[in-house]
Amino acid sequence: MSRYLYYPGCSMASSGRSYRESIAGVCEPLGLTLTEIDDWNCCGATEFVGVSISPAYALIARNLAIAASERQNGEPLVAACSACYLNLAKADAYMMERPLLNERVNEALGAGGLHYDPGTVEVRHLLEVIMHDVGLDRVKAAVKKPLTGLRVAPYLGCMLPRPDPHNRWKNHERPDDLDRLLAALGADVVDFPLKTECCGGHMTQIAPSVGLELIRRLVDEAEDHLADMMVTVCPMCQINIDAYQGEMNAMFHTKHKMPIVFFTQLMGVAFGLDPKELGIGRELTDARPALTRIGRQPLATANPEPVRRPRPDKRSLPMPSMPANDAGPASKAPSAEVQQ
Amino acid sequence: MSGNGRHPHEAAHPTNLPAPGEIRIGVYVCHCGSNIAGVVDVPEVARWAGEALKDLGVVVSREYKFMCSSPGQELITEDILNLGLNRIVVAACSPHLHENTFRGATARAGLNPYLCELVSIREQDSWVHTDHDAATAKAKAILAGGVERVRYSAPLDPITVDINPATLVVGGGIAGIQAALELADAGFHVYLVEKDASIGGHMAQFDKTFPTLDCAACILTPRMVSAGTHPNVTLLTWSEVTRVDGYVGNFTATIRKKARYVDADLCTGCGVCQEKCPKNVIDEEYEAGIGYRKAIYTPFDQAVPRTPVIDRPNCVYFQKGTCKACEKFCEANAIRFDQQDEEITVDVGNIILATGYEIFDARQVAQYGYGRLPNVFTSLEFERLSNSAGPTNGRIVLRDGVTEPKTVGVIHCVGSRDRNFNNYCSAICCMQSLKFAHLVKEHTGATVYNFYIDMRTAAKGYDEFYQRVMEEGTLFVRGKPAEVTEAGRLPGEEGKLVIQVEDTLAGRQRRIPVDMVVLSVGLQPRTDAKELATRFGISCSSDGWAIERHPKLDPVATMTEGVFIAGCVSGPKDIPTSVAQGSAAAARVLGRIQQHHMNLEPIKASVHSEQCSGCRICNTACPYNAISFIEADGVSSINAAMCQGCGTCVATCPAGAISGTGFSDEQVMAQIQGVLEFGPDGTPRDRSPFPTAGPEPAKEAVGI
Repeated sequence: MSRYLYYPGCSMASSGRSYRESIAGVCEPLGLTLTEIDDWNCCGATEFVGVSISPAYALIARNLAIAASERQNGEPLVAACSACYLNLAKADAYMMERPLLNERVNEALGAGGLHYDPGTVEVRHLLEVIMHDVGLDRVKAAVKKPLTGLRVAPYLGCMLPRPDPHNRWKNHERPDDLDRLLAALGADVVDFPLKTECCGGHMTQIAPSVGLELIRRLVDEAEDHLADMMVTVCPMCQINIDAYQGEMNAMFHTKHKMPIVFFTQLMGVAFGLDPKELGIGRELTDARPALTRIGRQPLATANPEPVRRPRPDKRSLPMPSMPANDAGPASKAPSAEVQQ
Repeated sequence: MSGNGRHPHEAAHPTNLPAPGEIRIGVYVCHCGSNIAGVVDVPEVARWAGEALKDLGVVVSREYKFMCSSPGQELITEDILNLGLNRIVVAACSPHLHENTFRGATARAGLNPYLCELVSIREQDSWVHTDHDAATAKAKAILAGGVERVRYSAPLDPITVDINPATLVVGGGIAGIQAALELADAGFHVYLVEKDASIGGHMAQFDKTFPTLDCAACILTPRMVSAGTHPNVTLLTWSEVTRVDGYVGNFTATIRKKARYVDADLCTGCGVCQEKCPKNVIDEEYEAGIGYRKAIYTPFDQAVPRTPVIDRPNCVYFQKGTCKACEKFCEANAIRFDQQDEEITVDVGNIILATGYEIFDARQVAQYGYGRLPNVFTSLEFERLSNSAGPTNGRIVLRDGVTEPKTVGVIHCVGSRDRNFNNYCSAICCMQSLKFAHLVKEHTGATVYNFYIDMRTAAKGYDEFYQRVMEEGTLFVRGKPAEVTEAGRLPGEEGKLVIQVEDTLAGRQRRIPVDMVVLSVGLQPRTDAKELATRFGISCSSDGWAIERHPKLDPVATMTEGVFIAGCVSGPKDIPTSVAQGSAAAARVLGRIQQHHMNLEPIKASVHSEQCSGCRICNTACPYNAISFIEADGVSSINAAMCQGCGTCVATCPAGAISGTGFSDEQVMAQIQGVLEFGPDGTPRDRSPFPTAGPEPAKEAVGI
C-alpha cells in the first residue's frame, strides 16, 4: 500500500460528501492509503488570494507546515479538490520563488509555533497520483463491472493541470488524463472540447448571468456530444453544474438534465462497489437513470469521429493517422486497415 | 634568475630543443584597432616580452595596429630575413581567423610555417574581460605560454592527397539536383543518391512557388529530367548511403539499392502495372496522406526515373501469396518479385549532403486539433489540395472532398518560434502562408484570415508579395491562436471551427469562425539527422541541423574536409537559397577537383605501436573514423589523411601511446609552464608550480 498524506478541504464535508465517500471506497482496490493530516484548515478557496496575499498564503501554508511535520518517509500531500490542490501547490511554489513572501508567511506561522520550508512537501492531485503512481494497469485489473455503453464527457475544469511547477502533467493544452482513466473503466469517452473551460466558479452567486451562461455552454456541448453524464474532478464544478442547472434552464428556456458525478464515483461503480456508498443519488440531477445504460451497445455512430479508414465516400479525403493509444478515448481508436 | 631554475623540465626532455643560442624568436603583439588595445596595454605587453622573455630566445618584440595588414605581415618577413629569426609568436586573435595569414607570412620569408605560433589575446582575453590591469597580465601569461611552446615546435610538411574527380551527392531534392547538374555540366561524374523512388524532393509536391507563383513542377521537372539523362550523372534512387570510408579526395561510399521488385532496364514506364494493381494505399509521402496510390507506384507522373517500386508491406502478393496482377499485365516482363537489396560501392573525392528536412508534426500541438478535427490541414496537405495534379485536381475543398470553404484561417508559426517545440523561425512559413491566402482567394473567393506573430518577408520580391496579398483582401490578425475548437457557443459558430485568438493589435480576444484551418507547420531536421551526421563524420546542433564550417563565411563546407552541405540540411531555407547553396557546394567541389590534389594540415596523431596495448578505446573515440585496428599486428593505426588533428585519441589513450604532431607533450607542457611562470606583475614566480619537473605528473596536476 502506498501511503499519502491527505488534505480533504472544506467542501468534502458538505457539497463534496459524495467525493469524500467515493475516494474512501476506491482507495482499497487501488492500494492507496490516504492519511488525513491533523487539524487542517480551509485553503481560502478562490477568493482569499484575491483579497490579501500574505495572510492568504499563510492560511494555506499552515496546512503545508502540518503536513511537513507529519511526514515519515517523504509522503506527498494529496488533494482531490482542484482549488485546494492549486492553492497548496501555488503556495509552495511562490514561497520558493519570493523570499519576502516566504519570510512573511513564516512570520505568521511562527506565531502559532509552526514553520514551513518551501519545497519540503510534494503537493499532488489525486487524479495525477492515480494516473502516475497507481497506473492504468492496476485500475483495469480492479474493474469488475466495465462501464460499457456509458457515454461520459470528461470535464477537468480550469484549475488543472496548470500551473504545473513540477511538470507532472503530460499535455497542458489538451490534457487527456481523465479521458484515458475513464476509457480504462470501459466507458465510451466523448472527445469533450470544453474539458478545460471554466464552470463559472462563484460567478453563480455574484453575477448569475455570467455564471449561468458558462454552465449553459458546458451542458449544451455535453448534450451535443450525446453524453449520458459529465464527469469531474472538482467539487466546485460539480456543485455549479448540478445545482444551478435548474436556474440555467429557466434562464435559457432549455430542458437539460445532465448529471455530473465525480470520477471516483464512476471508478467505484466499475469496481463493483455499492452505488449508495459512493454517494450516487445524492446529486440534484439524478445520475442513476444514466447509470442504468451501462452494458448497452456503445453509440458507435452517434458522433462521427475522425477515424482514418479507406474513404467512406469516394470523394472524401483521408484523415491523418493518429498514434495508436489503447488507453485513449474509445471513440478515437484509429483503424489500422490501411496502415502498414 | 637562471634559465635552468625556471625550466626544471628541460633537463628531462631536451629532445626537440635546439641548442641554446640557436633559438631566435620574434614576438608581435597586435592592437587589432581598439579590439585588443582598448582593454590590454599592448605597448606594455610588447615591451615586457622583449625584456622578460629574452632568456627564452626572444630577439625582437614589436606591437602594431593591425598585424594582419600587409605592413604588419611585412614586419614578420623582414625580421626573419634581417634578424635571422627562426621562431615567430603573434599575439592577436584566434588561430581560427588568422593562423594561415601569419603562417603564410612566415613561409614567404623562407621559414617553415609551422614554426609560427598564434596566441589569442582577443577572444580569450580582451573580449571577455573589463579589468585592464588583469587583462594585461593575462595577455603576458598567454604570450609567455606561446613563446615557451614555440621553442619545441618542429618544422612540418603538409600531406598531399590526390582528389578523385567523382562526387557523391546525397539527396535528390532541388539543392542536390542543382549541385549534381553543376558538377556534371562541368564535365565530372556525379553519383546522385535519393532514398525515395523519384528525385524531386519536397519541391515536387508544391503547387506554386512564392513570390512569383511559377508552377513548381514546370520549373523543377526540366531539372529532374536533365539529372536523369545526363551522361555524367549516375542516378541511384530508392537507395541509401550506409557507410562512408576514406578521406577527402578518396572516399569510398557503400550504397544500398533497395529492391524495387522491378527490373529498371526492362521497364518502359508505361504505367499499366499501376492501373491494374488492385491495392489502394494512402500515400503518406508524396500526397501527404490525403491521396492514394497503388501498392506498385511511381510517386507522381513526372517522376524520374519512371521505374515504379513495389511497396512490399502493402503488396497483396507479398502479404497473401497471390495476385501478381502487375506481372500478368507487364508487357516488358519487368516485374521481379525475387529481387533483393543490392550493395554497391563507389569511389568519390568529395561528398555533398543535401538531405533536406521534415515537416513539424502538427499532432503535437493538440489545441489546434490536427488529426482530430477533420477540417484542420497542414501546409503540406494544402499544397497537395491546391495542386492540379493532386488528389482533388486542384479543388480546394474540405475533408469531405466536395464542399468549398467560405472562410479559411491560416495559422503561422505552428511548431516554430515556440519554446514548447522549436525555438527557431522556420523562415519559409510566412511566405508560404501568404501564398496559401492568395491561392484560396484565387480558387474559391473565400474570406481568408492569416494569424501571424510577426511577418517575415525579407527577400527579393517577398514584401511586395505581402502587399499584394493584403490588397487582395486577406485579413491579417496579429496573434497566436490559443485554440481551434469545434465547440461553437455564439450565433454563427454552429458547425464551424472557431479560432480563439488574442488580436494583439486590437487588444482584445476574438473568436473567428472558419470552415477550414491550415496550419503552416515549421521545418525540422530529418529524424535520422544525427545518424547521418555520424555516418558522414560531420557535426550537427542539438536540434539536428548540420553545422557549417563558418555560419557566414563558409556556409556550405563542414569541419570535415571533403564533405559539403547544401539546402535545408543545415537549417530552414527557401528554394532560391537552397539552389544557391547547391551551386555553391558544387563550386567548392570543382575548386578541389581542378587542383587534382590538395595539401592537408600536418597536425596529425600517430600511434607508437610498441606502446599500443590494442585496447581499441581510441577506435571508438575518434570522431572522424580515422583509427582502425590492425588485426595482424594487434595494434591500432591512424589514417593520417582522415585524421583532423583534434587530439581526442591522444587524451584517451590509457597507455599514452598516441602523440600528436604540433601538440607534443613537450609543447603542451612548455605552454602550461609558460602561462603559469609569471605572477600578476609580470615577474617570475618564486618557484615552479611543477617541482617534480617531468610532464606526466605535471599533466595530472593540471588535469590533462
